[in-house]
Amino acid sequence: MKTFKQVYNDADNKVHGIAAAPGIVIGKVYLFTKEKLEINDSEVTNVEEAKSDLEEALKQSKKELTKVFSIAREKMDATRSAIFEAQLMILDDPVLLKSIEERIEKEKRQPEYVVFDEITKYQDIMKHSREAYINERAHDIDDIKNRIIRNLQKKRWQSRITKDTIVVSDMLTPADTLLLSRSNVKGFVTDHGGLTSHAAIISRSLNIPAVVGTHDITKHIKENDTIIVDGFHGYVLINPTKEQKEFFTSKFEHLVELQKGLEEFKDKPALTKDGREILLYANVDVSGEIDVVVTSGANGIGLYRTEQILEELSEFPTEDEQVKIYSNLSSRIYPNILTIRAFDIGGDKFRLSESTEANPFLGLRGIRLLLENPSLFRTQIRAVLKASQNRNIRFMLPMVSTIMEIKKAKAIIHECEEELKKENCSFDRHFKMGIMVEVPAAAVMTKEFSKEVDFLSIGTNDLIQYLMAVDRGNDLVSDLYQEFSPAVLRTIYHILTAAKESKKEVSFCGEMAADTLAIPLLVGLGATSLSMSPATIPYAKRIIRYLNYEHAKQLAQDCLNCTNEVEVIRLIEKFFKDHSITRTRQII
Amino acid sequence: MIEKTVKIINKAGLHTRPAATIVKLASKYKCEFYIAKDGLNINGKSIIGVMTLAAEMGSELILTFDGEDEQLACNEITDFFGRGFDEP
Repeated sequence: MKTFKQVYNDADNKVHGIAAAPGIVIGKVYLFTKEKLEINDSEVTNVEEAKSDLEEALKQSKKELTKVFSIAREKMDATRSAIFEAQLMILDDPVLLKSIEERIEKEKRQPEYVVFDEITKYQDIMKHSREAYINERAHDIDDIKNRIIRNLQKKRWQSRITKDTIVVSDMLTPADTLLLSRSNVKGFVTDHGGLTSHAAIISRSLNIPAVVGTHDITKHIKENDTIIVDGFHGYVLINPTKEQKEFFTSKFEHLVELQKGLEEFKDKPALTKDGREILLYANVDVSGEIDVVVTSGANGIGLYRTEQILEELSEFPTEDEQVKIYSNLSSRIYPNILTIRAFDIGGDKFRLSESTEANPFLGLRGIRLLLENPSLFRTQIRAVLKASQNRNIRFMLPMVSTIMEIKKAKAIIHECEEELKKENCSFDRHFKMGIMVEVPAAAVMTKEFSKEVDFLSIGTNDLIQYLMAVDRGNDLVSDLYQEFSPAVLRTIYHILTAAKESKKEVSFCGEMAADTLAIPLLVGLGATSLSMSPATIPYAKRIIRYLNYEHAKQLAQDCLNCTNEVEVIRLIEKFFKDHSITRTRQII
Repeated sequence: MIEKTVKIINKAGLHTRPAATIVKLASKYKCEFYIAKDGLNINGKSIIGVMTLAAEMGSELILTFDGEDEQLACNEITDFFGRGFDEP
């Protein structure tokens, strides 16, 4: 039998990218491109349906705008908030809507075309005005016009995705990925994005094979082509030969058997051969994932990314809605713990100010944004507290870089606790609060910061990104995103050592924790808890149960002395070989 | 039908905020309401229409009201213009 390497060497129909979510899948291509907003001007056969699609798209747009508005209100200046209000009013504009509806009826054209054409007419008047400020209004109107059209198109797209489709796209937003995953998509392939882009993270958590960062696959592929996606090695085969199909079908069957074999680990602890227990927690992005978590044998939820609620619901969730979501998760996972991370959103996403930020990753996001929007923050804190009655919830702050941020957040939490006491609401009186260590400044200050909190969690994705000064989503420089750089290892070692002094628990919740290559190293550096996508927990458990802690410790010490990433990786690979541990990638 | 000529007296002119307020006021009434300027005759209940109007400080607009509650609508809306949209 050929090896993967041979198959790919021989193939002239391959495209290489980044292996973002494991698994192998064969299916038909559905091209999902949106770089340019293309307006479909075909005839509609069912006018009533077209009109109800329009109504739905208007409703959806209104929800989205209301959400943005509710998040942004406190940060918006008067001009921006007036523009938002005007956009909302446009969605109800009787004159505009009447003429759009009449034209759909008379001309029987796609609603998206009529919406485009009608609104453009007004924009043309604005553009020809002699007043500069009226010319600029035409841009403001673009936003609402494109929003309605996008929502109309989404509806059309969704209806065209069938069960066995592999979605190929230039780029997928988290909202797109979620939307598409509900339609039973079998795989994802994208031009842009790295291992830690949201599309990759969500694919992994939903267990959908994905290859990202192929640069230009959308140019080589046509709709309805058959492709093979290999999420283990990061290859895509376009219109595979008979031989290729046979090879992958047998691999696919082998994979199913392997997964069955992993199930035996489910109820066993992640114990090294010499008896050191590593707690394995699950990362949860979407609440629907809880079933996977429960069956994965996780010790609890180490990271619940609440910002995904914003992606799932189109409106900003109220306190009651949040209480419901958190309580449900808390009960399902009880008696294990649920770690809720406060909304980690960036200002870029919600256009909080008139001017967009030049460097959103260095801008208003995480705890910075929450402290600037106290009512948003308080709503979440109150909801988390109210849901904490099972006493298994803890709360975590993202993007902390100064001690003042921790102190301010603690003061707000305290105020919310006092409020709830007055309202006679019960909550966990020993409520635990922790921080993400993902900004290098926080890593350096671990000793001092850890005295202020109950636990720490190292977010390796952002930590590596900020430490190496590299945008992980930018495939031009993503090779500098080095999990195994000695600089990263030494930083992690510093955090673990400093936190040990104050006896505070440290866990890992980035993608690194799920990398089978990284696991012996992290265990050797002193990690006692790792949090990862639930689907990868059995794989991690398998590795840990083959490990000897003393050996791993020696490996870590050797790696800390390396000067570059290549040396580190070589040492780890040698470690796997010397101790006869096989990695999943090598098994299949 | 009532016709009224009004003058823009605030510094910033007819920008988005007062435009939204005018449309909201007009929507409360049954009568038709139009704003004429520079050869355009815009339905005053349509925000996107009113937003096409360039009206800086000192410019004049002609308002027409037509319908059963035209007097009430005229009073409230011309008053809003008269107050300079409650702005400096």
